[in-house]
Amino acid sequence: MLDINVIITSWPEFLRGIWLTLHLVVFSLLAGFVIALPLAVARSSSTQWLNRTVGVYTYLFRGTPMLLQLLLIYYGLAQFEWMRGAWESGNPFWLLFREPYFCAWLAFALNTAAYTTEILAGVFRNTPHGEIEAGRAMGMDRFTLLRRIIIPAGLRRAIPTYSNEVILMLQGSAIASAVTLVDLTGAARNVYSRHFAPFEAFLFAGLVYMLLTLMLVGLFRQAENRWLAHLRPRSAQVGH
Amino acid sequence: MESLIDYLPSILDGALVTLEVALLALILAVTLGLSGATARLSNTAWLRWPAVTYTTLVRGVPDLVMMLLVFYGGQVFLNEVADSLEWEPFDLDPFIAGVVTIGFIFGAYFTETFRGAYLAVPAGQLEAARAYGMPRSLVFRRVLFPQMLRHALPGIGNNWQVMLKSTAIVSMIGLTDMTWLADQAGRSTRQPFVFYLVVCVVYLILTAISGWVIVWLDQRYSHGVRRATL
Repeated sequence: MLDINVIITSWPEFLRGIWLTLHLVVFSLLAGFVIALPLAVARSSSTQWLNRTVGVYTYLFRGTPMLLQLLLIYYGLAQFEWMRGAWESGNPFWLLFREPYFCAWLAFALNTAAYTTEILAGVFRNTPHGEIEAGRAMGMDRFTLLRRIIIPAGLRRAIPTYSNEVILMLQGSAIASAVTLVDLTGAARNVYSRHFAPFEAFLFAGLVYMLLTLMLVGLFRQAENRWLAHLRPRSAQVGH
Repeated sequence: MESLIDYLPSILDGALVTLEVALLALILAVTLGLSGATARLSNTAWLRWPAVTYTTLVRGVPDLVMMLLVFYGGQVFLNEVADSLEWEPFDLDPFIAGVVTIGFIFGAYFTETFRGAYLAVPAGQLEAARAYGMPRSLVFRRVLFPQMLRHALPGIGNNWQVMLKSTAIVSMIGLTDMTWLADQAGRSTRQPFVFYLVVCVVYLILTAISGWVIVWLDQRYSHGVRRATL
């Protein structure tokens, strides 16, 4: 039977793991979003070379497993002479690449940025043409058009698709333990090897991921109610 | 460069393992997905609820956590079974654990894909088939399945691409797929970057080929369908 004491005695480790998972996911998503927004504008632009260049980036990052992107950054870069040289001379920027946390953050951010770019470019392209015409008729230039119409309206319509990406990012972050980080999955792996209790360790970790996912789903439902209320199917109730 | 050529055959062997895992998992996932979708659309509540629980559960838990649970938990379970039956203890193969886990996870995604595709087949078609006196299995084989497949193909293609990439995590339970072999080659030659990059290229090639196959299948199953053009 399941031994609840295993979880109780390892509680501090699990808590630290949950905390690491949470801020790793939040900071990668933030960085990914900041990268993705300008790239999505470029990706949906009619300037072919700009559009294509961003397309190559998203193709490469969406076509390969995130685990390999992470391994490539953390273990792969150490192969190069100049990288090791920079570490020896104490270059503060390149020293970051020795930190598993930084490498995981970078890999996750670049990965989610690629997916987010395609999501946002998709909604930007689908801006109703009349809205753009109206903006032009008001004398808006390209930048104002983007700032006032295309981006704000597009971001709202992107919420349902983006919520999927956020959930996938939470699940995907479990591979952080491949580069020695003790995130929630890493904590479960440690507990497993210490107590030889696979069911307690992994079922508990799974349960926590499940709860976090449900919280995200709830959060995005709130966001949709707030920002997508105008697109909701009209209800028959009167007087609301 | 020389070391790359030395290790390339082994990495390609690993690519075969990756493909085997992905294809076997695909068969399992499609089977689970078809049964799951049938259960979700059935009128009987005790068939519907397990299917809903299954899809919700899978989407809430990371694939790696589930794989570790199946692999390490499955081993403990097998040991206990072997113990109680007084058999020799035997080891759980990471290949089987990998296939079962990935198949189980993507079965949930295929359930959703097939559910949508089932609903896209006009109910009148099924009624007509029943009126002809076809038994349910024949209605499924002749009417529902071939028409449903066209609607399911974009979803199938998408799931397959995601599934192919998620096979990389089987290396974390010690299966000698191409990621694991690249890891070894990278350690012994001190050129990890090169070997991880090779694996990335193989993944890109595999996804590109899959992309073409999906387009071809899509054309085949959309014979006679007029597409809306803008």
